[in-house]
Amino acid sequence: MIDFELQPEIVNAKNMIHMVAETAMRPISREYDEREHEKPWDFLNMMWSASQASNPVTFGGEGKAKKEPAPSFRNLQSAVTIEELSWGDAGLYLSIPNPGLGGAAVAAAGTPEQKQRFLARFRDGEPKWGAMAITEPGCGSDSAAITSTAVRDGDHWVINGTKIFVTSGLMAAEKSDGFVVVWATVDKSAGRGGIKAFIVERGTPGMTVTKVEHKMGIRASDTAMIVFEDCRIPANNILGSAEVKKSTEGFKGVMATFDATRPAVAASAIGIGRAAIDFVREAFEKEGITIRYGISPKKLTTLERDFMDMEANLQAARLLTWRASWMMDQGMHNNLEASMSKAKAGLAVTQVTQKAVELLGPLGYSRKHLLEKWMRDAKINDIFEGTQQINLMIIARRILGYSSKELN
Amino acid sequence: MVSFQPSEEQALIRDTVAAFAREQVRPLAHEADEKGEIPSSIIQQGWDLGLVQSAIPEAYGGAGDTRSAVTGALIAEELAWGDLSIALHLLAPRLVAYPVLEMGTPEQKERVLKAFASAEFRAGSAAVMEPRYDFDLAALTATATRENGSYILNGAKCYVPLGAQADHLLVYARTANRDGYDAVSGFLVEKGTAGLKLGEREKNMGIKALETDELVLENCRVPAANRLGGEAGCDFAKLMNASRVALAAMAVGVARAAFEYARDYAKDRKAFGVAIGQKQAIAFMLAEMALEIDASRLLTWEAAWKLDRGDEATREAYLAKNYAANMVMKVTDNAIQVLGGHGYIREHPVEMWARNGRGFAIFEGLATV
Repeated sequence: MIDFELQPEIVNAKNMIHMVAETAMRPISREYDEREHEKPWDFLNMMWSASQASNPVTFGGEGKAKKEPAPSFRNLQSAVTIEELSWGDAGLYLSIPNPGLGGAAVAAAGTPEQKQRFLARFRDGEPKWGAMAITEPGCGSDSAAITSTAVRDGDHWVINGTKIFVTSGLMAAEKSDGFVVVWATVDKSAGRGGIKAFIVERGTPGMTVTKVEHKMGIRASDTAMIVFEDCRIPANNILGSAEVKKSTEGFKGVMATFDATRPAVAASAIGIGRAAIDFVREAFEKEGITIRYGISPKKLTTLERDFMDMEANLQAARLLTWRASWMMDQGMHNNLEASMSKAKAGLAVTQVTQKAVELLGPLGYSRKHLLEKWMRDAKINDIFEGTQQINLMIIARRILGYSSKELN
Repeated sequence: MVSFQPSEEQALIRDTVAAFAREQVRPLAHEADEKGEIPSSIIQQGWDLGLVQSAIPEAYGGAGDTRSAVTGALIAEELAWGDLSIALHLLAPRLVAYPVLEMGTPEQKERVLKAFASAEFRAGSAAVMEPRYDFDLAALTATATRENGSYILNGAKCYVPLGAQADHLLVYARTANRDGYDAVSGFLVEKGTAGLKLGEREKNMGIKALETDELVLENCRVPAANRLGGEAGCDFAKLMNASRVALAAMAVGVARAAFEYARDYAKDRKAFGVAIGQKQAIAFMLAEMALEIDASRLLTWEAAWKLDRGDEATREAYLAKNYAANMVMKVTDNAIQVLGGHGYIREHPVEMWARNGRGFAIFEGLATV
């Protein structure tokens, strides 16, 4: 039955996370935006302890999967809690110690042994991070054009290449007992079929963080450049089979992790958008401006019209995101719906936050308030985990029934 | 518990209506639009599906099924996908039957519901809109003044579906001298009542096959017992929320029709050696259309779900309807664009869908769930 009421368990998690967002994230939000590249250790330690005490809310669930079976609404709960955390601060949310996108790849494509070796560590000890390294200076959306190489040498793979835009790359590669999942080709002539993912332990000789980027927003989260120079890793650190197939099955397997991560990014976007809308609503209330739902749209003021557009677009993005997450939970194929949620949320929230700054004028543009920061933070959601345009391309291929060769 | 899956029963109803829309309605749409007339056979066929009567309690001769706004939204989308004029015509009797079902006095139910539990199509309608550029549901200008045991109705109404043939008509007018939904009451006006003047059938840009009429009320006297809900009156805001949900769902149906046609055309039509769907300019347009149709449908479902729970739903229904009105205009316009010159030619249905789609920003109260 069509139903929009969240499960009581999700509501409880949402309320708990909202308190964290309000009391532990908002107060330090501005500080760690201004002090880029410094880590809010009190907050990170707190979140790490919390993830040890309870079932982690993000991708950290895998390590505990045996003890606590994942609920049938795990992805929906993730979407809801990620929205709350991002309502608090999207940059801080992204910097929370957890297996991250690298962990998602291990969870999706790893062997039981790999899961044990790389994910179990997230159950205890010091805070740890996982990261995913795909993008290179010369390729972004076209991940099939990857030039980093992995060459087999006895019991090892030897990795060479440069990766950029690695979220939490510094923490995963050098500053914690984490790991980085690296995409590299084992056979350039094989195109996509030759691209494989490899797990590199933190501190492996030959893996060096050479730069931490300065960004428009989400400044509390580190975005690293990692250089691999004759970096030797054990042969069994490859994710999936080493066999190069003519078909693109292996590549598709790795791409499938996006079906889980895109709704998560959309959920984060929505949290930022909601923060902006809440801020505008409160400012309107202070000024005695009421939003008149139900009157002729022709009689609306531009303020009302803009505000309603923001609300409707955000809610549309949220429902698309819930749907994509719910489909995951049902075991349904959600590639189309995941891209829809991401394409909609990235754009909607970019526009919602831009409009919010405009509506509040000098208050919106001032660094005294967080609104301008949210606009800067929001924009990344229109870009990472597949730009809006890449997601439109995936949607188009799906609805038209075209392969990537037929529509590119 | 969040779910995006209709119940088995809802899915069955939706599939039945979808098959009817595909096999029976759609083939007639073009000619009906050209002629400005809907064949009576399809109206009876549609009536036989029980889309109006099923919710009427058994005591009044109906099937007594539970009325659901979500189910209503599913039905409205499918019917409008077939053809908007035929959809509005088939569901018009609901405009008087459902408000009576939900808010009528026992005597009104006895009188009206029994009439609509008939085996033959029975025309019924409601007069909501008024012929002004700034028409506002929250500020109706038609008035109803109490005089002893009667109400005297005055004012002008327009876009009354089946206005000339409706045996039972529900006319909305303000009973208090102020704006607002709570100042409005509905009045059952029977065909031929003195002071109810029927204008010419309206000639509209779209929904050309649907008969809509202008009505003028000149000291039209109806018994006080004809006031919807009697002394207690009705909840006009709630009725209009149900209407918004129906219209939003119909906008989704029209948009989906245009999207599917444009998508198929884009796969078929070749230019520069490939199907035009293989060009990003076209493919991206289609991707956005698909995405926005889904977005609009989910907003509509959410508003419908709120209605079914009995929650206050003005904000959700209003936003969903306005979103859908914008969406359908953009989607149908893009569909024309995908077809290029052919989209402008009446042999293809796309220009009709754009004309029909334009109406949703203007329509209020023309359908209900």
